[in-house]
Amino acid sequence: MSASIVIFYILAAVIIGGGLLAVTERKIFRSAVYLLFSLIGIAGLYFYLNYEFLGAVQIVVYVGGIVVLIIFSIFLTAESGDDMKKPNLWRVTFSGLATLFACLLVLWLIQGHLFVSNTGTALEPNVRNIGRQMLSTAEHGYILPFEVVSILLLAAMIGCIVIAMKIKPKT
Amino acid sequence: MIEPLYIALIPLIPIISFLIIALIGRRYFPTWCGFLGTLSLFTSFILSAAVAYRYFFEIGKVEGVYQKIIALKYAWLQFTPDLSIDMGLLLDPISVMMIVIVTFISLMVHVYSLGYMKGDARISTYFSFLSLFTFSMLGLVLASNIFMMYIFWELVGVSSFLLIGYYYDKPSAVAASKKAFIVTRFADLGFLIGILVLSYYTGSLDFGIIIERSTDPAFSGSLAAVSFMGLSALTWGVLLVFIGGAGKSAMFPLHIWLPDAMEGPTPVSALIHAATMVVAGVYIVARLFPVFSLACPGSLDVVAYVGIFSSLFAAIIACTQTDIKRVLAYSTISQIGFMMFALGVSGYGGEQGLGYMGSMFHLFTHSIFKALLFLGAGSVIHYVHSNEMKDMGGLRKLMPITHLTFLLACLAIAGIPPFAGFFSKEEILLAAWNSNKLVYYLAIITATLTAFYMFRLYFSIFWNKTFSPKQLEGHVNGETHKLHEAPGTMLFPLIILGLLSVVAGFVPFGKFVSSDGLALSNELHLSFSVVPVLLAIVGIIMAFSFYQKENAAPKKLATGLKGFYTSAYHKFYIDEVYLFITHKLVFNLIGRPAAWIDKNVVDGSMNGIAALTGSISSLIKGLQSGKLQDYTLYFFSGLIGFVLLIIYLWT
Amino acid sequence: MNEIGLTHILVISTSLFFIGVYGFLTRRNMITMLMAVELILNSVNINFVAFNKFLYPDKLDGVFFIIFNIAIAAAEAAVAIAIIINLYRSHKSIDISDADEMKY
Repeated sequence: MSASIVIFYILAAVIIGGGLLAVTERKIFRSAVYLLFSLIGIAGLYFYLNYEFLGAVQIVVYVGGIVVLIIFSIFLTAESGDDMKKPNLWRVTFSGLATLFACLLVLWLIQGHLFVSNTGTALEPNVRNIGRQMLSTAEHGYILPFEVVSILLLAAMIGCIVIAMKIKPKT
Repeated sequence: MIEPLYIALIPLIPIISFLIIALIGRRYFPTWCGFLGTLSLFTSFILSAAVAYRYFFEIGKVEGVYQKIIALKYAWLQFTPDLSIDMGLLLDPISVMMIVIVTFISLMVHVYSLGYMKGDARISTYFSFLSLFTFSMLGLVLASNIFMMYIFWELVGVSSFLLIGYYYDKPSAVAASKKAFIVTRFADLGFLIGILVLSYYTGSLDFGIIIERSTDPAFSGSLAAVSFMGLSALTWGVLLVFIGGAGKSAMFPLHIWLPDAMEGPTPVSALIHAATMVVAGVYIVARLFPVFSLACPGSLDVVAYVGIFSSLFAAIIACTQTDIKRVLAYSTISQIGFMMFALGVSGYGGEQGLGYMGSMFHLFTHSIFKALLFLGAGSVIHYVHSNEMKDMGGLRKLMPITHLTFLLACLAIAGIPPFAGFFSKEEILLAAWNSNKLVYYLAIITATLTAFYMFRLYFSIFWNKTFSPKQLEGHVNGETHKLHEAPGTMLFPLIILGLLSVVAGFVPFGKFVSSDGLALSNELHLSFSVVPVLLAIVGIIMAFSFYQKENAAPKKLATGLKGFYTSAYHKFYIDEVYLFITHKLVFNLIGRPAAWIDKNVVDGSMNGIAALTGSISSLIKGLQSGKLQDYTLYFFSGLIGFVLLIIYLWT
Repeated sequence: MNEIGLTHILVISTSLFFIGVYGFLTRRNMITMLMAVELILNSVNINFVAFNKFLYPDKLDGVFFIIFNIAIAAAEAAVAIAIIINLYRSHKSIDISDADEMKY
């Protein structure tokens, strides 16, 4: 068993364990922290697969952005120290069984499926290549989706402000 | 050819006047509406007189036979290439005669109404209804198509309904208008079915084609095969049409609406319920006369017996009534019965067609003198403000012109020569004598009774006790009411109609109107006329002896014939029979169960469905909980289901 | 099991996905539901990476998808939190079962 396999299993354990704890933990703040672990594990997985850029983005956006945002909103809204209300038993059982069943179903499908690899020369997923193709206007260029996403982000930003803005009652 | 536009204008002018009065006039110039209506009718009358002149003297006759001219034809509703409902104008002797009568009487009534209705708050509404009625009646007589006739037939019914119920704040008027509408509506159902039967078997709605096909031996041979309860389909068709006609013409047993219809304003009674609309039943029989007489001869017997029975029956009732308008109403029924049985005893063509000619002749003269009678009665009512005979008497000095014209009309209806009614009645009696002796004997009895009750009316109003104006001074609404002879607008029509009822009989009617279009001489057989005239004079003398002076004789006679008198006074309890049938039988046996079914079965099933839906929805509304996670769970379960399904199907 | 293959990574992503679904179904706090959604999104990202890496090494499309996904996830999180804060203002609660006005 080589070191890379060990690392992989550790990453897998962090991702899945973090995820599981994040959805079962009763204290909301801890739950957010477990989510953080899970996301860092995913970033680790990207590094492990030699996608350094993606790993960096994952950490910057998720760990540095979204999780912070979530924690921030937790402080804004909930009593972070208290236990959350217990989900009701019937729902837990039913959802647990359903997701477990679906999960097994999908896993069964995956193991039964034969994936065929494309044998081409590998393209290095480094920043240079990604940037070239992303901003290329030629074929297989992603400039249009890039612009669309930028507009989307702008719209989301304005939307957030509008939604969360406190509307002062007219005096 | 007569310019079709002019003919179309005859009915169109009244409808335009109706629209103007109803839409604009009522609000902006209510006092001028009467003049507008009168003016439009005057134009219509001039036009129809011109058309009549052109038709009878210039173009109508081809080789001695009056033609049926379709002046205008427009396919209105095309069902199949062969079958369509047309809007057309048909000119033949009877329709030309009718347009002249209708426009003339309507004109007279309009002029009269200007005086009679003066000061009424809804006078513009009144004149708009009159215009509507005139339009409908003209459309009815000019219709070239039986369905078009039906449309106008109903329009006439509606305008009659509106005018009977004109005094809508009077409960009896409202009840009368409802009654008239329901009874005639009931009969019209028969008419409609008759139309459908006739048009189904002859394949057309056009009068000309119906007559042509049904009288064609080759064609009717195949029709005779179709029979129902022993009568051929065609006979059923014409009998059903006759039921419609009987309803409109107030023949027994559908006569009950007409006496009540007298609740309307008196000029309306004169126009609609005496002179024009009620003869529509006679008119439809005359219109389809070849079908009646040639294709299904048995049906004419029905017409004859219904006619003579109604005639006698109404005459007996008329002798006992005390409301002068009701007397006139029963007299109308009786006279229309005359026209009906005259058609019933008539044959088709030549001398056989004497009854047809007599019937149309009587229609013509009757509309003149009956309108006169009603207008005269209206004038009397206007004067004394009462309909009851006992409130009248001795009016001859006070209203000399009304008295004179009323006398002329009474003489005319009694059949005294040389007044109008004599000539037409003699033709009818002669036709009856020639074909059916039983009908003849009943007819002369009726004629005698007619003379009796008309003069009973006349003497009761104008002679009998001396009238004391004091009685009535201040009688009306407590205000002093100066008694006076009717105004000029009311006297003018009386005088015109009075003159006409003297001279109308001298029209050589048979030359113009006959069953087959050929001229028919209406010379009189003086020897034949002796008996009816003598009997009429006997009737008059009886009336004179009973009613000229106040005396006990009528009462004695009434007590002598006690049972008969009371039952006649109560109109032979026909109304009560109808009430019994409707209230006791129809309401209890059909109405109540139907109401029960409606309440419990129909409503119950509806309520049940609603309750079921409600309970089901309250059971399943928990699914729509508004909780996001529930929805997600359903979605997720569905997704798994789909995946399983796809896997199952694809492997 | 000497080498880490595509299947291994797919197992991780599948598990993470269904963990997210489970969390979404059972959590009553809206913020934790949002966290579960983030898990679901991340499991998809893992899939993209894995397919790109093992099946189409000559292309970069998987990478782009992840980048866009992350951008959209960021936007989504921001909007969702704005909504949650707004709801908290009006309901004084971020329990999902309290926001059930849209029923029947």
